[in-house]
Amino acid sequence: MAAEKQSSMAETESYPPIDPTNFDLIVVGTGLPESIIAAAASTSGKTVLHLDPNPFYGSHYSSLSLQDLTSLLQSNSENPKPNLPQSDDTTTLDINPRPIYSDVEIASYDGSVEEHSRKFNLDLAGPRVLFCADLSVDLLLKSTANQYVEFKNIDASYVGDANGNLTNVPDSKSAVFKDKTLKYSEKNQLNSFFKLVQGHLEAVKSVGLDVAVDDGKIISEEDLESPFVVFLDKMKLPPKIKSIILYAIAMVDHDQDTGESCKNILKTKDGIDRLALYHSSVGRFPNALGALIYPFYGQGELPQAFCRRAAVKGCLYVLRMPVISLLMNKDSGNYKGVKLVSGQELTSNKLVMEPSLTIAKFPSESVQSVSNKLARGICIANTSLKPDISNCLVIYPPRSLYPDQATSIRVLQLGSNLAVCPSGMFVFYISVVCDNAIEGKKALHAAIDGLFTSNDQSDSEEMKPTLLWSALYIQDLIEGSVVGPVFTMPTPDGNLNYNDLLDETAKVFKKMYPEEEFFPEISNTDSSDKLEDDSEAVLDS
Amino acid sequence: MHGRPRKSVTPVDEHASALKAAKIRSLQTEFLQNHHNNIYTKEALEINAKLLEINPEFMTAWNYRKLAFEHNISSQSEAEKADSDHLKSIIDEELRVVENALRKNFKSYGAWHHRVWVVSKGNSSTERELKLLNMFQKQDTRNFHAWNYRRFIAGLKNISDENELQFTTDMINDNFSNYSAWHNRSVLLTQLLEKKAEGFFPKEKFLTEEYEFVRNAVFTDPDDQSGWFYHLWLLDQTVKVDMPIMVSSWPPCGSEINLPIANKVTFPVVLYFNEFVKGITSNTVLIQINDDEFKDIAWSPLSMNKFGSGQAWVTHLTIPHEDLNSSKTYEVKIRSEDSREITSLSGVSCSRIWSFSFRVSVCHDVHPDEGFERIMFKDENFSTIGKSLNKVQLLKSYFELTKSDDEQPASSNWKSEIIASEIAQYRELLTWADCKIGKRTLARLLMAHDAMTHVDEVLQLYSELMKLDPPHYQYYKDEHSLVLLKQVTSCMESLPKYCWQYKKSTSSNITESICLRLNSLSLSRIGRFERLLWVQSIDLSNNQLHSIEGLEALQLLTSLNLSHNKLSSFTALDPLRFLKSLKVLNVSHNEIGSHSVDTRRYLCSSPMSHTVSYDPKFEEFANGDAKLVNFWEAYSVFGGLDLVQLDIVGNDGVDERFVSFLVKLLPGLKWLDGEELH
Repeated sequence: MAAEKQSSMAETESYPPIDPTNFDLIVVGTGLPESIIAAAASTSGKTVLHLDPNPFYGSHYSSLSLQDLTSLLQSNSENPKPNLPQSDDTTTLDINPRPIYSDVEIASYDGSVEEHSRKFNLDLAGPRVLFCADLSVDLLLKSTANQYVEFKNIDASYVGDANGNLTNVPDSKSAVFKDKTLKYSEKNQLNSFFKLVQGHLEAVKSVGLDVAVDDGKIISEEDLESPFVVFLDKMKLPPKIKSIILYAIAMVDHDQDTGESCKNILKTKDGIDRLALYHSSVGRFPNALGALIYPFYGQGELPQAFCRRAAVKGCLYVLRMPVISLLMNKDSGNYKGVKLVSGQELTSNKLVMEPSLTIAKFPSESVQSVSNKLARGICIANTSLKPDISNCLVIYPPRSLYPDQATSIRVLQLGSNLAVCPSGMFVFYISVVCDNAIEGKKALHAAIDGLFTSNDQSDSEEMKPTLLWSALYIQDLIEGSVVGPVFTMPTPDGNLNYNDLLDETAKVFKKMYPEEEFFPEISNTDSSDKLEDDSEAVLDS
Repeated sequence: MHGRPRKSVTPVDEHASALKAAKIRSLQTEFLQNHHNNIYTKEALEINAKLLEINPEFMTAWNYRKLAFEHNISSQSEAEKADSDHLKSIIDEELRVVENALRKNFKSYGAWHHRVWVVSKGNSSTERELKLLNMFQKQDTRNFHAWNYRRFIAGLKNISDENELQFTTDMINDNFSNYSAWHNRSVLLTQLLEKKAEGFFPKEKFLTEEYEFVRNAVFTDPDDQSGWFYHLWLLDQTVKVDMPIMVSSWPPCGSEINLPIANKVTFPVVLYFNEFVKGITSNTVLIQINDDEFKDIAWSPLSMNKFGSGQAWVTHLTIPHEDLNSSKTYEVKIRSEDSREITSLSGVSCSRIWSFSFRVSVCHDVHPDEGFERIMFKDENFSTIGKSLNKVQLLKSYFELTKSDDEQPASSNWKSEIIASEIAQYRELLTWADCKIGKRTLARLLMAHDAMTHVDEVLQLYSELMKLDPPHYQYYKDEHSLVLLKQVTSCMESLPKYCWQYKKSTSSNITESICLRLNSLSLSRIGRFERLLWVQSIDLSNNQLHSIEGLEALQLLTSLNLSHNKLSSFTALDPLRFLKSLKVLNVSHNEIGSHSVDTRRYLCSSPMSHTVSYDPKFEEFANGDAKLVNFWEAYSVFGGLDLVQLDIVGNDGVDERFVSFLVKLLPGLKWLDGEELH
């Protein structure tokens, strides 16, 4: 329906002309990486035009109403219309949309969900949260985009199993203390490990890794290079504790225990960094209790915040404006500008594009490869997994739901106090990294079976929420690429936070403008105080 | 708050602080002028408030505010008195000033005290105080000033102890490394236990839960001491007997003692309690001799503390034996008459009635005291009592008749269960965490559980601790000594090994008796006096004793060897004052006078806090001899003794002058440092 509306609008509305017609940078798509680039470039004084073919902000990072989400998934999974007859004109290269979603399954078990369609703000790229000490929070503070978003903390995180048990993740000293399921010896082992890591980080911080002698406080170089799981074994941690550390704190995707054959083995030093990120997140903000926070109204608020930031710095915004082709310089064959659906031609020095656009006849090395797949699920249910807990994270470590479950499945439950759904309902985001759609769907269904009761057998199982609506889909994972001055940003990844995406974005910016700083610190002398104040304002009390 | 690094001072800071000092100085001058002239106007108070805002530690300024407050209340006009808002505005102003001062330094004693003072005047909202507290306790959860104030407000507002207990639970759940929260928990639980509040009586259930609660903290981070401290408190709550108990006596219950016929047949009666008690009088303790009630008996505590209390109490009983030619046996009964008047230092009364009886045979002296020969504490002069059956028999009678302090009332079953389970837990903890306080706790638990079966393990733990934690060596050494003594004195298998007979036994009463030889055991402290009330002769030489506190309970003691120890002052010998029967004393080769400053003075008795006031007789004795002035302490120790033999050589503080002082002080002295006196 939304797609129809869009096209009908396209027919009836005339596209406004854009003035000026020359920019330092044109950005197509308002996903988070594109919006950050736009904001950073504007902050550095570049003239920036930011376009989006959609009538909303956020591209693949947006939060949408139930209806809009449905139609977007459906339209984006269809094969695009056959290309227009291509001219041999070498001065224009066609830009074609390419679907990044596939195998979309939408099911509704209760009509009341659709009735409230507009009361939902559903993330396309869920489940996703911010760690209080992660790059995204730092960037929000540094760019002052934080003034446009408010957050609330995730109340709890659990490890789930096939029997439907959810046990608290003892993720900090006080959580270990409070935990009711760990044995006393396990409490000691877990906290001792936390202390070991903390001691290591402090020692490294104070003297530097090269100078620090092995006095028992420092983890040896050899251990740091070894797989994290081997190090945990060396520390004699029992399987239960190991699993908590690996999958529920370090948020590792792939099973680490399959020996030689397993892929994506996490190194100890990276494991320690992830632990450090988690622990420095706990208590960073006095009004956020745990490590994780989530923005009011959904993740789609984040790209919008950066767009606003960019707009304040002079970036020009035009939505509902598809770009149909690239303009190339006749002599050099280099990028010159873009041609809009309105027919207007604009020039710029550089171009940034979202990942679901491909350029016909572009040099072959630039072809963006589908590196992997992600299975995502959005479920709506009538109650919370735990009474008294509105927002929580659930991790199903590898092999916890079925024997050949190769990757961990993460579930984020959000309630109406985050303004993402009507009261009396809860939204569950599920994601799992997979090799193919069949494997991914199997994992999603296993998680759904573990989390919910279906409508017809509601009273057979106690306390489990009843599934009202679900959307399952497979998303391609596409890495970013660059050809000359044309940069294509990556698709949302399978991580729980934005760290890797932001790293990538910062690298792209550095490549584009090596001489510019990525959001320079504000030269005000009070900046440190100011940030401290702001950092509290980021969070809802 | 905690863990903030100190920043070094920059020239800019120095300039700023100079400016600040100048400002404070001028404000201070103005304020003091107002103070001296009793000016309490609004302007004067504002100056004071400004000063306090900058420097909340200025006590005089707070006191001035109190005076001003009183003045302004008493000088209210009639209209103002009628207007309740006026009083309220004065109070609000005070609270505002305190709040500003606390913002500057929320650990300012003066400011918190002033707040308590103002709020105690009434008319202020405790609700607001609670809000303020919540703010402060959120900012710094470990601020003990705020915790103190919280107790005050909770009392004022009648917040139930249960509610406050829940608050400590919440705070501990947030971060258990919080001594203040654990402390407040122990305070609240003590109150709830005393009240026997619902859910807290009987105490075993709640104690079990508390042990589990704190175990979470201790196991999560054994290096964090806050939980351990709470555990110590819990263990005390578990093992402590609810009231004072008489644990042993001299003469022991059911015993028979022999006394020579004399003009006055007198002997000491000693009552030994499990803790310090007061209130032992002829009204609370009744004595009957052959069914005749004995009135007007003076009991005195054997203790140097000034509260009129003691663990041991003594009276000297005189048998009304008139016929000097015939022997007779008397039956003596002693029982508590109104034991509610006998109370512990914390005011708990001894509600259990006790009684015991013994017999006294007054007969012709079998060993008339004929002359005195020097006693030499040498190994070759002693033989074991093993061969002497009647000595063993005698010892056994003392031993078995002495009440065991391990006998405790009924509830001991759950106690030993709780403690046994704690022992199992902490043994496990120590297998992977090598922590000092864990060993210390295990040692305490083992002693509390069943001292005798675990004694070797406990001694081993303390030995390890001495190596592991050198700064607290002396403490572990003392504990080690006490455990060792407990082992020695606990049973008839061990004790006779330490009991000896003086070989050169001639005729003297002194040499006839058993000598308890605890020499060369590396003891640094002595204890277990309740087991040793019968001892007349004791050899403690070649140990590492630095104190003989408690020895005063051994009222029969006639011969005491303390040579080659670490006694460092006459103050350390203070217990000797109570040993009126002492004839032979050896304090040679100690460290008396070696230390110019006696650090122990600050821990126990000293001239400043001396229980015995300065004896005017000393003036008389010294008779203006300036050289003797320094011997004041020695005078107070030896002055009341009737020593026959004294060895004091080998102490730095002993010189010729001192020796001549002693000779003058102790006219009955026959042997001094091995030389016979004329």
